[in-house]
Amino acid sequence: MKQPFPFSAIVGQDEMKRAILVTAVDPSVGGVLILGDRGTGKSTAVRALAALLPPIRATRGCPYHCDPARPSLSCAACREGGCSRNPPGEAAACDVDLIPVPVVDLPLGATEDRVVGALDLEKALSQGQKSFEPGLLARANRGFLYIDEVNLLEDHLVDLLIDVAASGENVVEREGLSVRHPARFVLVGSGNPEEGELRPQLLDRFGLSVDVRTPSDIPARVEVIKRRDAYERQTDAFCAQWKPEDQKVRKKIEAARKRVADMVVPDKVLEKAASLCLQLGTDGLRGELTLLRAARAWAALEGRTSVTTDDLRTVAPSSLRHRLRRNPLDDTGAGVRIERAMAEAFASGMGAQAA
Amino acid sequence: MGQPQTKTGAEVLALRRKAPASSAGTGAADALDGAHAVGAAYAADQALARWMDARLVAALLAVNPVGLGGVHLKSPAGPVRDEWLRVLQQACPTASMLRRMPQHADESRLLGGLDLAATLSSGRPVLQPGLLSELDGGLLACPMAERLPRRAVAFFCQALDRGHLRVEREGMSLEVPTRLAVVAMDEALPDGEEPGLEPALRERLAFVLNLQDLDWRSCGLTPLGPTDESVWDEDEREDFQTARQRLPGIEVQAAVVTALVQAAVALGVESVRAPWWALQAARTLAALRGLNEPGTDEVRDAARLVLGPRATRMPAPPQAGDAQQDTQSRQASPPQQDEPAPPPPPLNAEPPEPGPSAAGPTSAQTTPVPEPEDLQDLIIEAIQAALPAGLLALMAQANGLAARSRARSEASSRSGEQQRAGARGRPSGIRPGLPEGGQRLSLVDTLRQAAPWQRLRKARPPAVVVRREDLRIVRREPRRPTTTVFVVDASGSNALNRLAEAKGAVETLLADCYVRRDRVAVIGFRRQEAQTVLPPTRSLVRAKRSLAGLPGGGGTPMARALTDSRLLCESLQRRGDTVSMVLLTDGKSNINLEGLPGREAAHADAVAAARQLFMSRVSCLLIDTSPKPQAQARELALAMGARYIPLPQAQAGEIGRIVRNRRAA
Repeated sequence: MKQPFPFSAIVGQDEMKRAILVTAVDPSVGGVLILGDRGTGKSTAVRALAALLPPIRATRGCPYHCDPARPSLSCAACREGGCSRNPPGEAAACDVDLIPVPVVDLPLGATEDRVVGALDLEKALSQGQKSFEPGLLARANRGFLYIDEVNLLEDHLVDLLIDVAASGENVVEREGLSVRHPARFVLVGSGNPEEGELRPQLLDRFGLSVDVRTPSDIPARVEVIKRRDAYERQTDAFCAQWKPEDQKVRKKIEAARKRVADMVVPDKVLEKAASLCLQLGTDGLRGELTLLRAARAWAALEGRTSVTTDDLRTVAPSSLRHRLRRNPLDDTGAGVRIERAMAEAFASGMGAQAA
Repeated sequence: MGQPQTKTGAEVLALRRKAPASSAGTGAADALDGAHAVGAAYAADQALARWMDARLVAALLAVNPVGLGGVHLKSPAGPVRDEWLRVLQQACPTASMLRRMPQHADESRLLGGLDLAATLSSGRPVLQPGLLSELDGGLLACPMAERLPRRAVAFFCQALDRGHLRVEREGMSLEVPTRLAVVAMDEALPDGEEPGLEPALRERLAFVLNLQDLDWRSCGLTPLGPTDESVWDEDEREDFQTARQRLPGIEVQAAVVTALVQAAVALGVESVRAPWWALQAARTLAALRGLNEPGTDEVRDAARLVLGPRATRMPAPPQAGDAQQDTQSRQASPPQQDEPAPPPPPLNAEPPEPGPSAAGPTSAQTTPVPEPEDLQDLIIEAIQAALPAGLLALMAQANGLAARSRARSEASSRSGEQQRAGARGRPSGIRPGLPEGGQRLSLVDTLRQAAPWQRLRKARPPAVVVRREDLRIVRREPRRPTTTVFVVDASGSNALNRLAEAKGAVETLLADCYVRRDRVAVIGFRRQEAQTVLPPTRSLVRAKRSLAGLPGGGGTPMARALTDSRLLCESLQRRGDTVSMVLLTDGKSNINLEGLPGREAAHADAVAAARQLFMSRVSCLLIDTSPKPQAQARELALAMGARYIPLPQAQAGEIGRIVRNRRAA
């Protein structure tokens, strides 16, 4: 299998890369929605990230690749029969594999059975056994679930996915099966808003939202093509060339993950976030929560120990863009308008702070 | 240069009178000798040039299928398309490299999977191989690609992007290589009324080949069909073979990449994939012509083949030189409808960060490559010369057309409808059948069906013997989408005070539909014609944009409007939509079906058209927008079986409310 395109070699698209890194550091930020033109490297970035992340430890043979160190997040089989019964410190009773972080593609037109899992037909018919055949959600556990053209996916599937992504558990009750298994994943959706829109309720469920555009300046476009060409023609050499850069990013993620839990969020920043959300008229608490989590993760990535208002400002567009209350007849694609609103809000918010 | 098989359309124009090298050339030249009129000869030249380009595309695909992704073949079924496929087939090293995809092939046939019938009868898993794994590295011809369900399109996109697919179904898990090129045969009608190939797939194919209205005479065909003689001679086929070996070693100068990117931007090609494909085409051309790297000619030809058909605007002429004047006049001066295209942006020849991957210039340079700026001018000139005059006029509309087809492809699920109908929706009973193509097995019913036969089938107790004929699948009732078609009178009589209100009403409803996920279409009519201003869509962005652009003034071609909206409604009904139509007019028609003025004839035509509308059983609502209720409007409403609502002081909100109530009823 061909190595994926290196993450660091993606030209431009800083906001998209930042959003993906933030969710990699703190999955509780809750998924990324990438909207924009075709051929802007949306899926390339997602696949590249998977290769970049440190491999995870997983119980061998477990269809949900449970983490042996976290029994509370494991499936029933791993909890009862697996190594988690052993007191910590002792040699693990079950085998552990190091596996790459799963990145699962959800193809458009996938049926519900394939997504949530279903009865294993072959076993049921040929051996008379009732057994559960895990679906895409099981495969995506502890990784990323990528949906290209999410705006064309049928509503009931999107609802289902977002629900599972939020609860972290997939509950299957069908065909006499009753299975529940962990399904914690970062949902990454991408699409072209010209071809149909997401309902506002669904938009709100994605943690971050990014607008991507084809790079407009010629040198950037040339660079895109040159790098792609080098990658296609000499994959190994190209990947080796970018490996040090990718390693740096990997180290950054690892360090940020350790740091993020102890991150200090000063009161000033909390107030700032609250007033910003108020000013922009975002509905619900979700926006504010996401904003803070994203700022925390970004500060951790930047190597800081406490969150600053600058961090807030950096992640605010992608955390709030899709939550602005809007007239349904407004041009949703007009990121410019939103950016401007954001800038104004920040400026006036600062004024209020000073006064 | 000038090896026979690499001759391009542009060169053909120059070489036409010389001895033609290939059999196709001979036929066309003979046909040409018979032509007397200069115009006919010119047209034939153009056709011949197009055919030679088509042959070149076939050769390139045969040399480098996987690297080029494939071709979007726009052509109706017919001898020309068959001939092109024959040309492609013969350029391939083996006949089996080009396979035709059966129309009914489903995912398990393409990728391989469990053969359920065989599995049941044998009692152990039986795998059947997929078409794609047999095809590794070849070309897949996909007929009627414009009707591919979204599911299949998504599948092809993934296959092309990644070169392999993972199959995890029915308890098995395998990695299937999908290194292939797709020949997507698109038979959509050329007027843009049909959606055409899905844009996501179009993006991933290097070439767009338009064989529509290409005369069979230009392709060296006789009325009796293709001859048995081979299309390519032995030398040419040998060249293809060497080109395949040569391909990996072809280097490309940085200037070439820059020039292609600049040309794409100047031609209004948004996606970065397009210059990438042009680069691959240039490289393959170089391999075909025995060079070590693409020179000016290769770059120019590649750009013409790849970027030309994708152009959405013509760049302003770089310099107003004499030669340029010439080209301009030959193109019958493109209409200046849109804002004049901006001149190519200023070029800093070097990108700021050279990047570690920049291909260094090689010493073994065969053809001099000029500076990017010059090269870009050459490219654009070549594309301009290759475009026939008529196409340029269409180019202004190309954007609009593409947007419209996109709207349709989103809005309609086309042939996918049937498949979806089976797989989605609320369950409603069961029926016998195999659980394939997204259908879901109803296990309990299957077992119930098998139960009475167990003794006869000699089953040993814990096991149950199930046979193919026992299988039951869940039948589902798909949700029927609702589409409201607004037919808006934009004529002078109505436009003055009502057009703005009608637009307002549609916008109000759009906001409503947005919540309900309904669709809206708008047909506007004035002067001599009716125009689909907004094809069925849910996208508010485009809905608003196209409504704002609806102009007013002119006559009232009521008959034309009713006929066109009937056709639209009927096509929506065929797709399984629930359609309702709202006509906003003052009823005063004065243009008849032929587009001629005259009140009485026009009204008679309009009533006839309204009766036809009645026959197609579309639920209609006629809103009379004139200051006083009109007898003519009432008569129309009667003829089309519509509810008649005089609304002298129609307000946007009022119309919206009425339509909502009506739909709820």
